[in-house]
Amino acid sequence: MHLAYPAVLSALLFCTGVYGVLARRNAILVLMSVELMLNAVNLNLVAFDVWLSRTAEETLHSGQALTLFTVAIAAAEIGIGLAIVLAVYRNRGTSHIDKLRDTAEGHGPDDTDPSLPDSDALAAEQAEKAEAST
Amino acid sequence: MTRLAATAHAMTQSAESHGFLSPTGVEIAFLLVGLLTFGAALVTVTTRQLVHAALWLVVALGGLAVEYLLLTAEFIAWVQVLIYVGSVVVLLLFGLMLTKAPIGRSPDADSGNRWAALTVAVAAAAALVWVVVDAFRTTWIDLDGPAAGSTEVTGASLFQNWVLPFEALSVLLLAALVGAIVLSRKAKAESSSPPVNSRAGSGGSPSVPDSRNHPIEGTRPAAPAESRTAAHPEEPADHQKPDPAHDPADAGTTTEQEGAR
Repeated sequence: MHLAYPAVLSALLFCTGVYGVLARRNAILVLMSVELMLNAVNLNLVAFDVWLSRTAEETLHSGQALTLFTVAIAAAEIGIGLAIVLAVYRNRGTSHIDKLRDTAEGHGPDDTDPSLPDSDALAAEQAEKAEAST
Repeated sequence: MTRLAATAHAMTQSAESHGFLSPTGVEIAFLLVGLLTFGAALVTVTTRQLVHAALWLVVALGGLAVEYLLLTAEFIAWVQVLIYVGSVVVLLLFGLMLTKAPIGRSPDADSGNRWAALTVAVAAAAALVWVVVDAFRTTWIDLDGPAAGSTEVTGASLFQNWVLPFEALSVLLLAALVGAIVLSRKAKAESSSPPVNSRAGSGGSPSVPDSRNHPIEGTRPAAPAESRTAAHPEEPADHQKPDPAHDPADAGTTTEQEGAR
């Protein structure tokens, strides 16, 4: 098989994921796009491992081992990411990442005025976190 | 669709122009499944129905599993099916349900910078495809012989050469598990208290740790709390909330407070 097939497919999938991360508004859809990008990297790793395992002398099967590690790290990432998204949703009532701009500089009073109780809740949560960690 | 056709045309043209006039059956299968995968990925990032995006992601990830099989990486293919299709998509669907994602078409699924994103993605795709095709135009994968990624080979290399990263990865998974439990448990403890208390400033914050470890303090102050609520029904929530946060009296108390407010 020509090596360009999996490499081109991987590049296209990665760029699809890039578009999804940049253009999507819902945080869970952004996580889906991140999964697409990770899978593109996995396809590249597997293809180059299969190629190198026939041409090189000793490759330790590093591509497939790294693919397994990437899969496990992606599973951990999706668990933590969804927990963070759910915590944000419970605090703010939304999972749209365009509305989570309390730290933005140029949009001060307009965007933070309706969400003042939310920022108070966040401050209370942070205080509670500091309290729990001591 | 035109983009898909253009992509397919570019792929076949790149193969043909480099003297590869007769693609093998494996390459044709790879190309077809690759087109399916890429189309499903495109629908995933462009559809306006959020649940459909998750279901098209299943198609994309399953297509990638078939690609791994065609590349003779069997173990990776089954791991892909088990972990991605089996658990990650289910987690994503649970996340969509728990954040009350709209079922039908949501017009605000894409943000305003989608044209900038499209420009960046197309530019990156063009650059990457050009570089990759130009770099590997004379490279072929030899798929004959024993499978390069069977379970035996993968297991041997994983447990002979990659034992230490494997164990470190198990520690990482444990840390992720504990982190996810901590994050969602805090959210659960906060959601059990009424949202009126959470915005009560400094007075509202001590209520959450007390309601968190209520098995320890839970049995003792139940009866006094009940008598106190009977005595002073209009007492502020900041002083009442730590004590009756965990009894059948709690439901009546909180609804009474919310009714008083």
